Amino acid sequence: MDNLLSIVTFTPMIAAAILALFLRGDDAAAQRNAKWLALGATTFTFIVSLFVLSGFDASNTDFQLVEERDWVLGLRYKLGVDGISVLFVMLTTFLMPLVIASCWDVTTRVKDYMVALLVLESLMIGVFCALDLILFYLFFEAGLIPMFLIIGIWGGANRIYASFKFFLYTLLGSVLMLVAMIAMYLDAGTTDIPTLLAHQFSYAPLNVLGLEVVGGAQTLLWLAFFASFAVKMPMWPVHTWLPDAHVQAPTAGSVVLAAILLKMGGYGFLRFSLPMFPVGSEVMGSLVLWLSAIAIVYTSLVAMMQEDMKKLIAYSSVAHMGFVTMGIFAANQQGIDGAIFQMISHGFVSGALFLCVGVIYDRMHTREIAAYGGLVNRMPAYALVFMLFTLANVGLPGTSGFVGEFLTLMGVFQVNTWVALVATTGVIFSACYALWLYRRVVFGDLIKESLRSITDMTGRERAIFAPLVVATILLGVYPSLITDIIGPSVANLVETYDIATADLVLDRAVADAGH
Amino acid sequence: MTTIILLAPLLGSLLCGFGWRVLGEKAAMVTATALLFLSAFLSWIVFFAHDGATHIIPLMRWIESGSLLTDWSIRLDRLTAIMLIVVTTVSSLVHLYSFGYMDHDPQWRKGETYKPRFFAYLSFFTFAMLALVTSDNLLQMFFGWEGVGVASYLLIGFYWRKPSASGAAMKAFIVNRVGDFGFALGIFGLFYLTDSINFSDIFAMTPEIAETQIHFLWRDWNAANLLAFLLFVGAMGKSAQLGLHTWLPDAMEGPTPVSALIHAATMVTAGVFLVCRMSPLMEFAPEAMTFVVGIGAATAFVAATIGLVQFDIKRVIAYSTMSQLGYMFVAAGLGAYSVAMFHLFTHAFFKAMLFLGAGSVIHAMHHEQDMRNYGGLRKKIPYTFWAMMIGTLAITGVGIPLTHIGFAGFLSKDAVIEVAYAGAPGAFWALVVAAMFTSFYSWRLMFLTFYGAPRGDKHTHEHAHESPSVMTVPLGVLALGSVFAGMIWYNSFFGDHHAIEEFFGISGGEVHAAAPAGTGGHASGADITELGEAETSEPVAMSVPGEGAIYMGAGNTIIDDAHHVPVWVKISPFLAMLVGFGVAWLGYIRKPGMPAQWAATLSPLHRFLFHKWYFDEIYDAIFVRPAKRIGSFLWKRGDGTVIDGSINGLAMGIVPFVTRALNRAQSGYIFTYAFAMVIGIVVLITWTTIAAGN
Repeated sequence: MDNLLSIVTFTPMIAAAILALFLRGDDAAAQRNAKWLALGATTFTFIVSLFVLSGFDASNTDFQLVEERDWVLGLRYKLGVDGISVLFVMLTTFLMPLVIASCWDVTTRVKDYMVALLVLESLMIGVFCALDLILFYLFFEAGLIPMFLIIGIWGGANRIYASFKFFLYTLLGSVLMLVAMIAMYLDAGTTDIPTLLAHQFSYAPLNVLGLEVVGGAQTLLWLAFFASFAVKMPMWPVHTWLPDAHVQAPTAGSVVLAAILLKMGGYGFLRFSLPMFPVGSEVMGSLVLWLSAIAIVYTSLVAMMQEDMKKLIAYSSVAHMGFVTMGIFAANQQGIDGAIFQMISHGFVSGALFLCVGVIYDRMHTREIAAYGGLVNRMPAYALVFMLFTLANVGLPGTSGFVGEFLTLMGVFQVNTWVALVATTGVIFSACYALWLYRRVVFGDLIKESLRSITDMTGRERAIFAPLVVATILLGVYPSLITDIIGPSVANLVETYDIATADLVLDRAVADAGH
Repeated sequence: MTTIILLAPLLGSLLCGFGWRVLGEKAAMVTATALLFLSAFLSWIVFFAHDGATHIIPLMRWIESGSLLTDWSIRLDRLTAIMLIVVTTVSSLVHLYSFGYMDHDPQWRKGETYKPRFFAYLSFFTFAMLALVTSDNLLQMFFGWEGVGVASYLLIGFYWRKPSASGAAMKAFIVNRVGDFGFALGIFGLFYLTDSINFSDIFAMTPEIAETQIHFLWRDWNAANLLAFLLFVGAMGKSAQLGLHTWLPDAMEGPTPVSALIHAATMVTAGVFLVCRMSPLMEFAPEAMTFVVGIGAATAFVAATIGLVQFDIKRVIAYSTMSQLGYMFVAAGLGAYSVAMFHLFTHAFFKAMLFLGAGSVIHAMHHEQDMRNYGGLRKKIPYTFWAMMIGTLAITGVGIPLTHIGFAGFLSKDAVIEVAYAGAPGAFWALVVAAMFTSFYSWRLMFLTFYGAPRGDKHTHEHAHESPSVMTVPLGVLALGSVFAGMIWYNSFFGDHHAIEEFFGISGGEVHAAAPAGTGGHASGADITELGEAETSEPVAMSVPGEGAIYMGAGNTIIDDAHHVPVWVKISPFLAMLVGFGVAWLGYIRKPGMPAQWAATLSPLHRFLFHKWYFDEIYDAIFVRPAKRIGSFLWKRGDGTVIDGSINGLAMGIVPFVTRALNRAQSGYIFTYAFAMVIGIVVLITWTTIAAGN
């Protein structure tokens, strides 16, 4: 099968089309059919994606399962995966059936909801598979539309403000990325990503408006991409859209946003910024490291003071993404391995935490921390699951959360000990906010009258959490499952990066010695 | 066999925690306990069969990234063997004891099942602790390190209805995390320098590390000193050393068996174990070691002063634990690792017994913990009384001076004090004074609890009863250890260097250049091939870092020096003990009104001690509250005013038409966005088409 990736990418979209065109009515039966169809389609996609994984040769660092054909207007349609992207595809296909199952109790406009989620899945997979600039841009930007609809239609009361904010942030980043893509095309004469990866962008110093730009065109292009990916990650200080978006989004929306959409930024850094503009990355690297370290401390402190559960977890996500950007721009094997691991793990852990909030939100219709307390009295299974993911969020060794944090910190220590020191304080703060949240929600006696009749997790909810629990512990105990796949590709990336930046590093060393 | 020792508690924990609905409550608890006894039994076999050589048993791959390769594996040497018996023995006895203690716990309502959960946590703790002590690399050690932290968190917060319990649990975890912060940085630094985090590799490179300068933060440091210091910060957190100790007294919120197992005998000694384990590094880090000694001595002293005036029976023992940990660090910091391990070993027995004895008293008194409400319990609970008596004799160090006959604490504590005199006279005085205080508060506890007239609630006293045999039998076993452990193993831990070397599997001795033939052969069974060239049969082989369980550098003659201290030094702890006993007897038996008078006369001092030197208040003022204030400030002002404010301002100024468009139509933003995106794509496509056409 030479079009496996296309099948994986477009199966959900086709299911969405079937839903939109052929399913009529909004009665209970139609709703049930819509959900089952969506669940079936996402599960099928996951099963097919397992063939992608089994057909993937980790020792080969080239793009694999490549499909290339002509498309409209002389554009190329090209898909393929390498060690860096294949696991993001798997993460998406793995999580989507769980996301669909988590909105089983939704009753408003179920069909549209399913359509939006299915389209979103296709576009997300597309982002990770696309090997053509334009195709990538298309998937990358189009993915926002279903997300907007999900927040806008099924979201909370203050959704207009949240989306307005998001709009402003993303627009600026996207426009700059678009300009950079055009510049890249003009320079290299192609939009083919593998070719661009091999292309050497100029790094002769440039003079822009009287300002000497070290790294020249590479630095400028890097900055343009950075604008887009930094918003997406999100990095401090352009992170404030995320807590608002999370609070307004329905549970499924939050899960997708935190678990998958945020990873597009990190993936972008790894696919474009680092390999295509190595000199630009090296020039701007310490800025990113510092922004990441600040993000970790800043957002952890802010998370501590939140009164809304979702906001707290959203801020904690920003802190965890800080580890990712830090690892990526440490630009060594441990850092990048750790960053990818952290992204995958965060997909499971933050997704599960938002689901945990969803479980009690469905029952009590509030996310306010103060409205809870003593849940363990009536919800022991929930308490256990929530505890596991809280500890994974805190980065307890033996859970997947630890591996990424540890490797990124180890990577960055070799580059900048100050950043490592500041970022490592994050392990203290994360324990503070996460355990405090847990204590206020779960521990204590059950005294609030409204909680007297709250019930423990249903069979469906347990079934949703079970795969996440398994994944979190399995990856924590045997992380080679991931590092074996990403290792060779990352090693290749680091090697080319080191060669490309050797001159610059040498120059700097000479300059340091001169002082 | 070691694999079974390690995994049996994990299995027990899982079976008990998740399988009790199937197995039944009782059967689940019995299973967990039986598996623990199996572990303990095998541990003793391993301990006696151990030949001093280092064996490494790989189990499974773990974190691998580039040159970082770590396995789940077991390193079995003398240090591990000692810790194995300490952990599994105390743990299995505590399991057994818990059958009695946790029965009919008044914290729980009728029909609530809590016991399987308790046993599952205990077994899980044991597993994590074993993973810590058997690890062959720093990362697995960190796993165990944090694993025991979680188990401790869960067990301190076991009574989750009590707000104070869940608060104490959180505090314990977070303060430990502060220590782990240092530990983690130490691991990063070691990897940075040696490209490995396996002990064998690191130990082999320690002489080089000592010669290396590492750039950390604003300046260059001597690598060995810096890294040893960072690792010790981790040890400070786990072992409740001064500065990071505030969690330990609060941890007494947990059920008493937990205090005995985790907060006395095993987990809190992990820091001492770490320092001993890293002895090849520590030996090259003189400044860091001085710091270790200073902290240890200060902790021993401060904790003892606080212990003098507390009334909660468990808190008194908790401060006593903290103080004894200080002793261990003094010994370790002076390079007498075997002596530190000796005290760790004996302390585990008598301190676990004191806690379990206290638990028995608390059990008898219907969960009353205030010693002011005890009194005259000697006749009511005789077994417990005798157990506590043996424990007190052991901790205060009763024995025959200038001989090797005495209770366990007599031999090990005196060894520490002699080492201190030989190495750091300042620490010596702190320890002797602390020994006097130890004696005072230990006897004060005994007198308040078991002597005098019954005080407090009459009804409770009338119903005071001896604990069931599942509780008194563990006390009896520990009593054996408290009496004999010191005398039996004195020579192995603190005998002449030949005995110590044989025990710890060190092949050559630099102290006696002409080692008797035969010593060189001890390491020949080692599985570590890197050491192949070192373990030659030449009698004058220098001790090599990483060979044997502990390493003592060429200039380290502390054990010999300690044997040659003046006689007055050797009997000083005994005299200090007598003074402490005398004052306690005077104040609590002879003239019971006196302590109140002392407290009134020295009111400011008493208050200072009673409030534990105000550590909690100070930390609250300089860490907790500012952190919360900063968090609020960053949220409201940083995120709200500065970031959102400026971006909104920007939007209002530069793109007002966007906001107008948004205000007009409620859902206009979707269109606006989609529009912008479509325009973007159109521009891109047009551009590429045109450009391609040219």
